[in-house]
Amino acid sequence: MLGIGLLQGLAVTARNFLGSFHGRSRYVTTEYPEERTQLPEAYRNFPFLVTESPEDPMGTLRCVACQICEKECPPQCIYIVKSRDKKPDATGKMQLYPAVFDIDTAVCMSCQICVEVCPFDAIKMDQVFEIAATDRFSGLLLNRNTLAKPNSYFHSLHPTDAAEVDGRLAAARKAAEEKARAAAAAKAAAAAKPQTPAAQSAQAPKPSPPAA
Amino acid sequence: MTDDALSPLMAQPGAHVRAVSDALHGDLLEISMGPHHPSTHGVFRMTVTLDGETVVRLKPVFGYLHRNHEKLGESNSYLGSMPYTDRLDYLSSMTNNWAYALAVEKLLGQPVPERAEYVRIILAELTRLLNHTCLAGFLLQDGGASGTPLMYAFREREKILDLFESLSGSRMMCNYQRFGGCRTDPTPAWLGAARVLADGYGRFLEEYEQLLTGNEILMARTQGVGPLSAALAVSAGVSGPMLRACGVGYDIRKVDAYGLYPRFDFRVPIGADGDTYDRYMVRILEMRESIKILQQALRDIPAGPILDPKAKQRGHRPKPGEAYGRIEGPKGEIGFFLVSDGGASPYRYRVRPPSLINLTILEDMCLGQTIADAVVILGSVDIVLGEVDR
Repeated sequence: MLGIGLLQGLAVTARNFLGSFHGRSRYVTTEYPEERTQLPEAYRNFPFLVTESPEDPMGTLRCVACQICEKECPPQCIYIVKSRDKKPDATGKMQLYPAVFDIDTAVCMSCQICVEVCPFDAIKMDQVFEIAATDRFSGLLLNRNTLAKPNSYFHSLHPTDAAEVDGRLAAARKAAEEKARAAAAAKAAAAAKPQTPAAQSAQAPKPSPPAA
Repeated sequence: MTDDALSPLMAQPGAHVRAVSDALHGDLLEISMGPHHPSTHGVFRMTVTLDGETVVRLKPVFGYLHRNHEKLGESNSYLGSMPYTDRLDYLSSMTNNWAYALAVEKLLGQPVPERAEYVRIILAELTRLLNHTCLAGFLLQDGGASGTPLMYAFREREKILDLFESLSGSRMMCNYQRFGGCRTDPTPAWLGAARVLADGYGRFLEEYEQLLTGNEILMARTQGVGPLSAALAVSAGVSGPMLRACGVGYDIRKVDAYGLYPRFDFRVPIGADGDTYDRYMVRILEMRESIKILQQALRDIPAGPILDPKAKQRGHRPKPGEAYGRIEGPKGEIGFFLVSDGGASPYRYRVRPPSLINLTILEDMCLGQTIADAVVILGSVDIVLGEVDR
C-alpha cells in the first residue's frame, strides 16, 4: 500500500527522537567548548621540538640541525639555520644545534613525516588545535622558542611513544658512556704502560651527561 | 537539428529534447548551477540549458579546486607525495594511500608483510563503509530530504573516523600506508573496537533501510531517473558502483585480485536498470559485503611485523621503469601511474581518478530529465571535487 514505506521511516525517526531522552549514551554530540572529548594518544596536529630541561630549553634541544626534516617536509614549511659552535646532545656527543628553527603553521599539514624521518627523536607531534591568531603571518610562524617543549610534555601527550624514546636514548647514552670509558681506560693503560700496573684501576673521567 | 544529431549516445525512451529556441516553443534558458551551489558537492559547475524544466544540454565545468597535484608529485620525494594523496578523495584517504603505496611498491619490488595486507583490507573496507554511508546521506539530501538521513549517516561515519583517528592520528588526512606496510601497528584494543563496529554496522544498515529503501518518495525520485546503459558505461570507462549498477560485474578486487582479496569470501552486487535507485541499492548491498570481509579479516588477522623490516623509510630511488597500482576504491578504480628515471622523485606521476571519469557521462544521464533530477543524478555519481580537479 502506498505510504507504508513512509510510515516505517517515520517510526524510525520517532524511535530515535524519543530514545534521545533516555541515557547519555544516545547523545552523539559534545557541547564544545564546555565539554571536551578525550583525544586519542595518536592524535597529531603541528610539530614541536623536544627539550631535555624546562629550565634551559634552548640549551638542551634534542635537535642537532641535521636538516633531514627540512628536506623531507612535503609542503616545505620548516626553515633551519645551523649553529657555528657545538654542544653535547642527548647522548653526550658534541653536535651542532639549530640557531634558527621556524615552522610556518599556515603551511604545515600535520602529516608527521618530519617526526618519522628524524633520527634524533627531536621533533614530535603536538596536539594543539586552538591556535587561532590575529596576525596571519607572524602569528602563525613559530620560531624555536615557541616550538620548544619539555620532554615531560611529550610524555603527557604520547606516553607510549615517549617511554620508548626515553628507553632508546638511555641505551644510547649508556653505550656512549661505556665507549668513552673504554677509550679513556685504553688511553690511561697506554699512558701507564711504562709505569706500574696499579694505575689501570684509576677511574676514567665521565663525560658530563645532560640533565634528564 | 534532430535529437539524434545532438547526442548520438542518448538512447532514452521518451526523452523529448530540442536544441534551439523557436517561435512556437519559446526561448531556451541557460543557467549556471554552481560553483557555489550546495548540491554540487563542492566547487563544481554545470552549465545547463533548459526547455522549461527539461535539461536539453549540460556542460560540466570543473577545475575550481585544481591544486597541481600531479606536477607536485614530480618534484616531491616518493614518500612526500603520500600525504598529498589523502587530499584527493578526502573521504577515502586510506584507499588513496593504498593505491599509491601499491604503485610505489611495484616500482621498488617491495614485499608487504601479511599482517599489513590484512590491516590494509580492514581499512579499505572501513573506508568503503564510510564512503557509501556518506553517499547515501548526501543522495537523500540532494533529493530534498533535508537533514535526517544525512545526520544518521554522519553519526555512523563518526564512529569509523574515531577508529581512523586513534590508529593514524587524524580523522581524514590519515597518511597511514607506507611502502612495505603500514606506519603503526593496530593494538588489540583497536582491533576489538573495529570488531564491535563491524558487528554493529549491520544494525545501522537495517535501520537506515527501514528509514529509506521502501520510502515511496525516494522511489519516485530515483527509479527510472538518470538511466545509464551498460554499453555506454563500459565505453566511457566508468568504474565502481556506478558500473555495477548497470549490470556489469566488474570489481577490481575480483578481477585483479590485489592484496589478499582472493582469500575472502564475498559477492559483488550488481544492478539491473542502471538508474539512480540501483546505484543507491548497489552501494547499500556493497556495505553488507564489506561487513562480511571485515569480519573475516578481523577474525583471521595474523601476528607479525606491520612494516617490512628491510623497507627503506625515506630516500627511495627506484630503478628506471614504470608501474601502475590500482585498487577498487569506494568510488571506482583509483590508480596511480608512476614513471621512474632512477631519481629521488617520479619522472611522471599520474592519477586515474574514478570521480572524474564517472562524471564524464553526466550529460548523457541528465538529458531529457528535469533540472531537479539532474541534482539527484549528480548526487548518485558520488564525486569528490578534490579528486576531480586534483
